[in-house]
Amino acid sequence: MGFKRKKGDGDGEEMESEGRGKSSFNGTEKRSVILPSMIKNKDKRSKVYAKQKHEKKVEKQKKIRARDAAEKRALELGEEPPQKMIPKTIENTREADETVCRPDDEELFADIDADEFNPVLRREITPKILITTCRFNSTRGPAFISELLSVIPNSHYQKRGTYDLKKIVEYATKKDFTSLIVVHTNRREPDALLIIGLPTGPTAHFKLSNLVLRKDIKNHGNPTSHQPELVLNNFTTRLGNRVGRFFQSLFPPDPNFRGRRVVTFHNQRDFIFFRHHRYIFETKESKQSDKGKGGVQETIKPRLQECGPRFTLKLVTLQHGTFDTKGGEFEWVHKPEMDTSRRRFFL
Amino acid sequence: MQHDEVIWQVIRHKHCSYMAKIETGIFCRNQYNVTGICNRSSCPLANSRYATIRDHDGVFYLYMKTIERAHMPKNLWERVKLPVNYEMALEMIDKHLLYWPKLLQHKVKQRLTKMTQMRIRMRKLALKTREVIIPRPRRQIKRELRREDKAKIAAQLDKAIENELMERLKTGIYPTDIYNISDRAFNKILNKEIELNQEVEEEEEEEGVVEYVEGDDELEAEEEEDMEDFSGLPSKESYLEGDDHDSDDEENDDAEEQVVIHKRRAFKKSDDNGKAKKKSRVVVEVEQEDGDTRRSLKSLKL
Repeated sequence: MGFKRKKGDGDGEEMESEGRGKSSFNGTEKRSVILPSMIKNKDKRSKVYAKQKHEKKVEKQKKIRARDAAEKRALELGEEPPQKMIPKTIENTREADETVCRPDDEELFADIDADEFNPVLRREITPKILITTCRFNSTRGPAFISELLSVIPNSHYQKRGTYDLKKIVEYATKKDFTSLIVVHTNRREPDALLIIGLPTGPTAHFKLSNLVLRKDIKNHGNPTSHQPELVLNNFTTRLGNRVGRFFQSLFPPDPNFRGRRVVTFHNQRDFIFFRHHRYIFETKESKQSDKGKGGVQETIKPRLQECGPRFTLKLVTLQHGTFDTKGGEFEWVHKPEMDTSRRRFFL
Repeated sequence: MQHDEVIWQVIRHKHCSYMAKIETGIFCRNQYNVTGICNRSSCPLANSRYATIRDHDGVFYLYMKTIERAHMPKNLWERVKLPVNYEMALEMIDKHLLYWPKLLQHKVKQRLTKMTQMRIRMRKLALKTREVIIPRPRRQIKRELRREDKAKIAAQLDKAIENELMERLKTGIYPTDIYNISDRAFNKILNKEIELNQEVEEEEEEEGVVEYVEGDDELEAEEEEDMEDFSGLPSKESYLEGDDHDSDDEENDDAEEQVVIHKRRAFKKSDDNGKAKKKSRVVVEVEQEDGDTRRSLKSLKL
């Protein structure tokens, strides 16, 4: 300290030494009084702050080391290692929903058997999709649609013209389409997706965001024309189940596994992430230290290459019957008051 | 009491609350006005004889002014419901405005035409579906973007997809002929083939070399014995050893003595013909003054 004082340039140095003295002699109570934010000299403040930060870091490292040591000791003694803490996530602490599907729910299966998608999913009808746009469509809209066409087998694009959506629905039903997709663009950017099941199926309105087209994806692959397989993740509730089945009904129920194409609808916190990949199973050799020389173990691992568009959907409304905004019966509508808790999800 | 000229003067030059002066002209906002223009002939206030058509929820009425009832504004106008049919409505107007000024008749008929057209247009538009623009609060958009980003991180999409694919592989829904190929086995076969090819190439190289063969019977016999000893498959090690010898001897080339030793072990095929047997012999070639000593060394080695 004395040395410091000799070298020191007055006020700031004294303050620091004071702070140090307090921390060493009087304990934590007084240190908490002087916060770095209360120091007016910036240079000094940053020094004190850096020091505090460093102390915190050291403390944390000590903690981790102690934990690791305890675990190691437990392993050596053959005891059960202390339980690992499970971090709290939003998924862990999700608000309980009574509609979450259980495998023993007979009512649900009865509903599934009776719903609109059943004939498609039971392979009685092959899905045939009509894709169209809103009235004004340009730039990214057509590009997006051409990629959708490559993703969804047996899909056809028709220009919208000035036709009423109800008229188009009639037309599509007559031509034996099983679903109608309307890509809605706003300010030359696709921003909504309307999927209508035909002839009686529900109408789902999704908000579309974060659209990345194939050419903007780095190291993208080009999809083949094989029928893709489908991955539907995390559709847990009744509503989620219904939406998942809706997506399922867009794709043929008999994927061609030789194509090794996979289309994913992954639901996380009510956002449905769409991805399209090619994949391959690879065997990798990993050395095992226990067995010594010959301990080479082969693990099969899938390797993915993304192709096709990437976007995110969020359900806005689900309507019973085909498109009818005025007289239609809505099964589910997203309302702003549903957003009050960040741990409440509906899909 | 009712003096049209006075009223007009006041209205036009002093003040009229119905008058609307805009760039394109002077218009009238009075609902009884036939033309909508502010002038002497079509002013509903300054004309004692006046007729017009008004629309009440899609039904047209012919309004006629009877100036004798001017003291009772409630009863000032006499109205007649016009039929929906345009031609019948025209006839009705003709009937009611029989002795009215020609100009007024004409204006009323004109107004009827315009209003019929308007009615048709309105009904058409009402049937049309229109896009409705719904506002979305900026705060909500931003919040959703934020939550989406976090959800994407939490989703760990690639991992989730890989896990799902692995599970499917384990359930065995994939056809086995394209999946589960172990590339190691494949690579092994490939490597073997490559080695074989290399061996063949080496042999071919040696075939071109001129060799001098000793006609020593004893040696031959010895070597035949050797062959019998071997008889089995060639061991890799011995092959490599031979190679080593070759290289060692070549290093010695720099020295004055030139010693070339060809060791051939083509023991692969037991049913080789005589030529092959000859080839398989160990050949020691010495070009030296004291060649005998060398030869003896060689024989010792063997």
